Amino acid sequence: MRIAGLSVLLALALPVLAAASVPPPYGIVSANAPESTPLRELGEQLYAGNCATCHGPNGEGFVEAEPGRGSGGILGKAPSLRGVGELSADFYLRTGRMPLGHVGEEPNRGHVFFSERQLRALVTYVGSLGPGPAIPEPHPERGSVSTGLRLFTQHCAGCHQVAAQGGYLPGAVAPALDRATPTQIAEAVRIGPYVMPRFDQSAISDAELDSIVAYVAYVKRPNNAGGWSLGRVGPIAEGLVAWLIGTAVLVATCVVIGTRLKA
Amino acid sequence: MIKSAVRFLDQRSGTAPLVRKTLRYLFPDHWSFLLGEVALYAFVVLVGTGIYLTLFFEPSTAKTVYHGVYAPLRGVEMTHAYRSTVDISFKVKAGLLIRQTHHWAANIFVAAIVLHMLRVFFTGAFRKPRDLTYYIGLTMLTVSLLEGYLGYSMVDDLLSGMGLAIGYSVALSVPFVGAEIAQLVWGAPFPGDPQFWSRMYIAHVFLLPILIATLIGLHLFLVAARHHTQFRQRRESEWRLVGVPMFPGQAPRSLGLFFSVCAVLFLLGGLVQINPIWLWGPYEVSNGTNGAQPDWYLGWLIGALRLVPSFDVTIGGYTLVPNPFWGGALFPLAVFGILFLWPALERRFTSDQAFHNLLDRPRDAPVRTALGAALFTFVFMPFLAGASDRVFISLGLSYNWQIWFFRALILAGPPVTYVLTKRVCEELLAGEVVEQRRRRVEASA
Amino acid sequence: MRRWLVSALMLLLGRRGRRLPEPEEERVVPAGARDARAESFFVLLLFVAAVCAAGFIAVYAIGELPHRTQFLGLALGLAFAGLAAACIVAARHLVVTEELEEEYSPPEHLDEQEEVVAIVEQSGSRFTRKRLVKLAAGAAGGTLGAALIAPAVSLGPILDTSAFYETPWRRGRRLVDDAGEPFVASEIVEKLFYTAFPEGAPRNDFGAPVVVVRLQPAELRLPSDRNGWSPGGILAFSKICTHAGCAISLYRTPLFPPASPRPALVCPCHYSTFDPSTGGDVIFGPAGRPLPQLPLYVDTRGHVRAAGNFSGPVGPSWWGVRLKDARP
Repeated sequence: MRIAGLSVLLALALPVLAAASVPPPYGIVSANAPESTPLRELGEQLYAGNCATCHGPNGEGFVEAEPGRGSGGILGKAPSLRGVGELSADFYLRTGRMPLGHVGEEPNRGHVFFSERQLRALVTYVGSLGPGPAIPEPHPERGSVSTGLRLFTQHCAGCHQVAAQGGYLPGAVAPALDRATPTQIAEAVRIGPYVMPRFDQSAISDAELDSIVAYVAYVKRPNNAGGWSLGRVGPIAEGLVAWLIGTAVLVATCVVIGTRLKA
Repeated sequence: MIKSAVRFLDQRSGTAPLVRKTLRYLFPDHWSFLLGEVALYAFVVLVGTGIYLTLFFEPSTAKTVYHGVYAPLRGVEMTHAYRSTVDISFKVKAGLLIRQTHHWAANIFVAAIVLHMLRVFFTGAFRKPRDLTYYIGLTMLTVSLLEGYLGYSMVDDLLSGMGLAIGYSVALSVPFVGAEIAQLVWGAPFPGDPQFWSRMYIAHVFLLPILIATLIGLHLFLVAARHHTQFRQRRESEWRLVGVPMFPGQAPRSLGLFFSVCAVLFLLGGLVQINPIWLWGPYEVSNGTNGAQPDWYLGWLIGALRLVPSFDVTIGGYTLVPNPFWGGALFPLAVFGILFLWPALERRFTSDQAFHNLLDRPRDAPVRTALGAALFTFVFMPFLAGASDRVFISLGLSYNWQIWFFRALILAGPPVTYVLTKRVCEELLAGEVVEQRRRRVEASA
Repeated sequence: MRRWLVSALMLLLGRRGRRLPEPEEERVVPAGARDARAESFFVLLLFVAAVCAAGFIAVYAIGELPHRTQFLGLALGLAFAGLAAACIVAARHLVVTEELEEEYSPPEHLDEQEEVVAIVEQSGSRFTRKRLVKLAAGAAGGTLGAALIAPAVSLGPILDTSAFYETPWRRGRRLVDDAGEPFVASEIVEKLFYTAFPEGAPRNDFGAPVVVVRLQPAELRLPSDRNGWSPGGILAFSKICTHAGCAISLYRTPLFPPASPRPALVCPCHYSTFDPSTGGDVIFGPAGRPLPQLPLYVDTRGHVRAAGNFSGPVGPSWWGVRLKDARP
């Protein structure tokens, strides 16, 4: 009985573990460089050990995966990093989306294995591979939450759900935004990672982006005037409460109230 | 004082004999008989809270711009219906409590009806002479589903607006006459005439509640006139009724149950948020959100709509059966059809035309219990499928895989459930026979 | 005066004296033993309920209060819970739970049934041509019933379903965003989706909103009769899903196509997925009809305009959806 219970738990837990980003099977390669190494050089070394297999030795990317390339039998295939700027590197590395375990898997938020210095080094190096956007500095305090609601509903809610709780689409999962910092939101909007649309300045201006970031920040801790928010995903959670709390208590009350007459 | 009150009543209405009979009406002794009462009391709470809400709600689709208390919606264009609901939630002092209690009451109302119906079904209480009572009950269930759907759609928020579009598409999908039906109800192609909102409103606050209340009255009258059924114990029989009189024995129990229902509903209404429409925003035809769901009692339909493979049935240029018909219309029609036909079908197939005042235990009627369990599985599988997107997001199980899994389960699940349930019932019965024999042998030894 | 005083005193005090013991009556409800503890508990619960209800009134009266809804719900809920508990205590310990027997009422009353039937049948003794009478009554009742229902057809245009084919789009109509600004073709980029409306027409119809995306012209595999519908690879489709009418508000667009799913428009309700490169074919999900495409052209000022109406009627399917074209 216990084994059955344990195996059920395990069966439920495994997919949960699978949903997060799976790190590369060989782990992270750290550079054996002294403290005084300038950031770009440190970044170059880290890049060579962790990224070049898929993104190419000079960041040019591989479109076709050829067997035999790369250490550990990894079939590298990844976009070029020339001109993506510090913005992209910062987003992918700080959220643990990169390094990616398997080509073709959705880069999801995961554990960040690099230290702060290593991160800055890699970002500097990737940023130096070509002229590209710098790390954005959104100003949510200048934005309006109600404008953000309107923009978020139009552009984002279809995938991320109107209260930023995340959603499904065939072939991918749009993550919940509760852990996204304002910078990361701004970065994602400008990159369009994996299958997300890429919103440039003409689509969402910096001022509009401020409002969207303000809205997402608000919706992380919104006005739950009604009480326990149940995750703000809507009727599924409400139905569970209606049955498992409301109806259960009332059935229990019926059992207590109903007499059993003497036979 | 009691004496003068009773005297007053009897002199003016002549009803003392009736009151006396009512006070000593016998109630059966099992807790499962109280499930119907839970539904009844939830209905009372619905009417009470509903009346309060009608004093503040504006059923108008005219547009306005919000300038109220809730900052994130300021400057947003919305209908008066949505705006008045936001005001009920934030401006009226007990407004949010009453609104949430009303919504929780609706969810629990339908849950209680379903539990009550399951009890009636699996104990055979629907048999003659109570088949009419059963039909009335099933009608109430159907009407309640519609009533709940209209209730949360009146608010015109993003989630319920999407749900109305889906309801419209199911109406449209009725073969031959779908477009005419949809136009008749909505007044025009979606989103319809502004009068559609008036129709929804008057149906929800007046027409359907009156219908449900009348049916409740008939239902209770029939239950009392024919008397409750009862489980067989030592002294009960098809002719003799054993129970607790309404007064003084049952009254505090029923009253206690009423207050419990009120307590649970108001506690939920105050402590657990439900339908936070200010977070969803107002509905626009051009807007959508991921993860939109109907209330739980329509979850079986969204699951069915998602599971049906992609095809419209066409002959030449005529679209005979648009896709939503299978999951949105035929499926519930079939399920309710089977439930309505059940008493007649059972009478025919068991050749049992007799009156029944005693209940079966589920195991005493293995075929009925097994078929009921199979039908339940047939409904429950789409119900689970309706949540597969959130299951994917929370547990990582592939959505595509879930769809195929549930498609297989809809077909394979009911027969397997039938076989397993029948077997369990028969084994339980056989075990009792063995037990009885053992006791008899021991007694004679 | 003294006599009156004495009589008044006697009346008042005499009443409080002990009564004569009443003769033993036959009781309807049997007497039960006292349960002082339960009785005290009962009273306590009622007072608790009273306090909670008073708390509700107090919380209601307070001016500014955060989490007011929670306090109100707690107060009222606990008041009811107190009453409920009191009733249950009373039910179990303070009222007599009798177990009585009774006969079920008879299943039928054959005599009365016969009498009712006889009354009805015998009352018709003065009618000689019963079949004709019934026919006439049926005709009158039926037609009157139909007459009373007849006004219901005015609820909508009932037989005329032409409105379902109508959309606000026609040749030359400019595409504008929700602020009313026209779309400039050169500013429409790939990997992005836009929502467009017809200029100068109501927005809240099913036929109004379109979703605009841009693909590489080399990726397009449109049907042959749609040559020229997508200038520079700009495509416009009805934003209303052909399955059940939700707005198609997802655009799946790969950042790195060699390792990601293809571009697709997805509906968030039941996940019908449409391929823009083939003109809106269904590639996943339950939709039974491809997404209607709007032909486009770029005018002399670089603004995007509709070159006609959609490739088919918009929105969910109905009987005649494949019979006629969409029209303005």
